[in-house]
Amino acid sequence: MRLAYFIPLALFLFFAGLAGYQLTQPKEQNVRSQMIEQPLPDFTLEPALEGMPGVSRADFVDGQPRLLNIWASWCLPCIAEAPHLERLREEGVEIIGIAVRDRPEAVADFLNRYGNPYSRIGSDDISELMLEIGASGVPETYVIDAAGNIRYQHIGDIRAETVPLLLEKLEEVR
Amino acid sequence: MRFWFAILALFAAPVLAQQSMPPAPYAYTQLEDPALEAEATELMETLRCLKCQSQSINDSDAPMAGDMRHQVRSRILAGESPDAIRSWLTQRYGDYVSYQPEVSSTTWPLFAIPLLLLLIVGGVLFTRLGKRRSDKGTE
Repeated sequence: MRLAYFIPLALFLFFAGLAGYQLTQPKEQNVRSQMIEQPLPDFTLEPALEGMPGVSRADFVDGQPRLLNIWASWCLPCIAEAPHLERLREEGVEIIGIAVRDRPEAVADFLNRYGNPYSRIGSDDISELMLEIGASGVPETYVIDAAGNIRYQHIGDIRAETVPLLLEKLEEVR
Repeated sequence: MRFWFAILALFAAPVLAQQSMPPAPYAYTQLEDPALEAEATELMETLRCLKCQSQSINDSDAPMAGDMRHQVRSRILAGESPDAIRSWLTQRYGDYVSYQPEVSSTTWPLFAIPLLLLLIVGGVLFTRLGKRRSDKGTE
């Protein structure tokens, strides 16, 4: 029997093994934004509730890095991240909020219950800003540098261990 | 007591749905021009819903998919080409957002390997059959 006859079998086993290995690997569920290192697009969002300013690109370009936090009053993980956002605010970080598909009453109610770490909250009723910056879910948090460029994306809720990471990223882009 | 509970229940507002906002204008509304709507539908069938990643935005009822349909329809209405809209999205989300197969620096082997295999098979058949025929010729 010639050795060459085993080449197809070897190829088949190689691909079967590759497929088997890939099946055991966890799938990356998140779609990451491709807008990292890109400037924030031009946008203007109306205030999400009365008595607080809305958000536009101009609010990000005055020489200080900030966090852009995409959240919503209907989002459960946003309740879990509220205390950690509060800690970031206590550390002196300015957090600009974007409320996605939300009503002013619901936003006010959420802030009354879980605290308000935001300096401004814009209302993104039809995911306009989300689609512009490549966000695919709520909550997400972006580090925006002093010149208004997107520098880092955190997908999902901010946990206790995320706080130092975000502080470090903010320091890096200062 | 039970009676009063029943009466109370009559006045209870149903629990508000999680997403109580009205959808974006073009999320569930077709474009008036059937030709433009057909163009939009064709594009929407090949764009991935980011929330429910195995569905196209045309199939999905996720609010985010509705917002993406709104973007597609309003951009088509404004005269943008489907290709421009697709690349607007791939710039933001990468190739993953598009279902349309594309030859690129990472995907070219997928197109090249079948061609290569066909060539090899063709070559093997040609030499074998050619040999057999010439064998016959010498008999």
